[in-house]
Amino acid sequence: MIKTILQRILQLIPILFIVSTIVFVLTRIIPGDPAVTMLGPQAPVEAVEELREELGLNKSIGEQYILYLKNVLKGDFGKSYAYNEPVTKLIFERFPNTLILTAISLILAIIIAIPIGIISATKQYSIFDYVSMIGALVGVSMPIFWLGLMLVLVFSVNLSWLPSIGMGSLENGIWDYVSHLILPSVCLATIPAATFARITRSSMLDIIKQDYIKSLRSKGLKERIVIWKHALKNALPPIITVIGLQISTSLSGAILTETIFGWPGMGRMIVDAIENRDYALIQGTVLFIAFLFVFINLIVDIIYLYVNPKINYEGKKGGE
Amino acid sequence: MSDSIISVKDLKTYFYLSTGIVKAVDGVSFTLSKGETMGIVGESGSGKSVTASSIMRLIQKPIGKIVNGEIIFEGKDILKMKNKELLDLRGKDISMIFQDPMTSLDPVYKIGQQIIEVIKVHQNVSKEKAKKIAIEALEMVGIPEAESRMNAYPHEFSGGMRQRVMIAMAIVCNPKLIIADEPTTALDVTVQAQVLDLLKDLQKKMGTSILIITHNLGVIWDMCDTVMVMYAGKTVEYAKTATLYEQPLHPYTWGLLDSMPKLSQDTEKPLKAIKGTPPDLKLTGNACNFHNRCPYAQEICKNKAPELIEIEEGHFAACHFQTKDKKLKRKEEV
Repeated sequence: MIKTILQRILQLIPILFIVSTIVFVLTRIIPGDPAVTMLGPQAPVEAVEELREELGLNKSIGEQYILYLKNVLKGDFGKSYAYNEPVTKLIFERFPNTLILTAISLILAIIIAIPIGIISATKQYSIFDYVSMIGALVGVSMPIFWLGLMLVLVFSVNLSWLPSIGMGSLENGIWDYVSHLILPSVCLATIPAATFARITRSSMLDIIKQDYIKSLRSKGLKERIVIWKHALKNALPPIITVIGLQISTSLSGAILTETIFGWPGMGRMIVDAIENRDYALIQGTVLFIAFLFVFINLIVDIIYLYVNPKINYEGKKGGE
Repeated sequence: MSDSIISVKDLKTYFYLSTGIVKAVDGVSFTLSKGETMGIVGESGSGKSVTASSIMRLIQKPIGKIVNGEIIFEGKDILKMKNKELLDLRGKDISMIFQDPMTSLDPVYKIGQQIIEVIKVHQNVSKEKAKKIAIEALEMVGIPEAESRMNAYPHEFSGGMRQRVMIAMAIVCNPKLIIADEPTTALDVTVQAQVLDLLKDLQKKMGTSILIITHNLGVIWDMCDTVMVMYAGKTVEYAKTATLYEQPLHPYTWGLLDSMPKLSQDTEKPLKAIKGTPPDLKLTGNACNFHNRCPYAQEICKNKAPELIEIEEGHFAACHFQTKDKKLKRKEEV
């Protein structure tokens, strides 16, 4: 187990190196000059040149790259041109906001979708099954920006129940905080919920047909126990895989959702950074996201160990 | 019979598919006495396993349905039982052993947990007591180091050992009837013999009745007091094992017995087989199901399904030409 974790951490090194190189190259390929972006198109050439020198942009690409790698190894991701603050500080300011939004929306998705998937599977071809699977199809196909705007239109503009933009503060009371979270969470939860419901249903359908389910029923176990204890645990691996993927995607910034609801998270920061050609910030955040992906994959693998006793990463004898 | 443990009368289980109604079980009747072993034999698709599942009321809903018959277990009709009674019946009064031990245990729970779970469902005992019962059961079926093996997962056992675990799970609640659905089919020959011996042993110790389903006549001769031959969803013959072996009455049974290889047989000669294939179970019902393969078939066989009648005491057969008064003679070579 510990060996597995260490192995994964070692794997991180080449992954992060490759990602940082790709990001570095990509940011340089984007047309546009940070100095021009910052000073505006009408700025005098001398001022632009001066700024380029200050930012180190007048050096050759190779020099810039080596300097960048050196700094990254020291844990220094540079300073954001636009915010004039260290990238690490910006990430750690924004990341908790994204984390809370992701956590709430995924918990919401899991609580709603997994039971729906299970019931759909146990009552295959029932009205419930049809309705929920059509709902799931609509959910995955829904454009997020449209859903977000509709939520704002209905619940903020027409009904005035919930705020449409920004993040609440606990200092203004718990309701301020919660009410600002509701719409973005619902918006962000829709696609994952639809995906989870579908994968749960199909995985459960597979398992319910297995011999051991009949065998468990023949032992006089209640249907509830057979389904929710035995079948569900067997059906979990693909569900966990999909949840893991969704966590990574949502954490790396629910760009559309954060933009629509003015949520001060990572997603919006990346969009702004790209618009501003804020090289250091782009590089820092992408690297951070790559790290998150690998980290979450590791967690998922560890959960597999618990869910499926046949999996054994250490290469010992496991199964036939 | 007053000492019967289970008596099935004219059981019919149909499956309603979009392509038609499959009459998987279409008239099965038998009685099993307490402490005895009965075999159900027949080829694949003859309805043996569906009969077993029907007794446990484990037919896949909503496509499968028991449409007719009664299954009297200790004076109560299982087909009329409510859900709660059924849950009490399953695993406690009647338990089942399945064909493929590789796939019949839940792979993600330790076998100890699985056995204890069954015990806790049916017996009001503490966890420690349940654990003790489970270890005893594992020892009884010959699992070495039972106590430590409680913590093993199914994939850590061989096929034969898994079938022993299945048997242990089947006996922990001292069932009155064990239904073994092809318990040895998926096992190696040597392990088959061990598992059959184990079942016989347990029966002697516990006095349980056993209903064993197989397509292997060797298992029948070895284990069973009575035997029922099924063909295309119907009971075609039912008798004491010795009677069936010595004086089989139904042409299908004759064919079945002839197709068994014998040690004394000339090895150069091809094995005998029943010509043709079983009928489509969507089309059966208005004729003798065997008529298209039966060398003795006549016009009546195509137009009327024969009833199962008692020809001699305890010996039933369903053939138009086998009655108390007139008997069909078995031809030597057909």
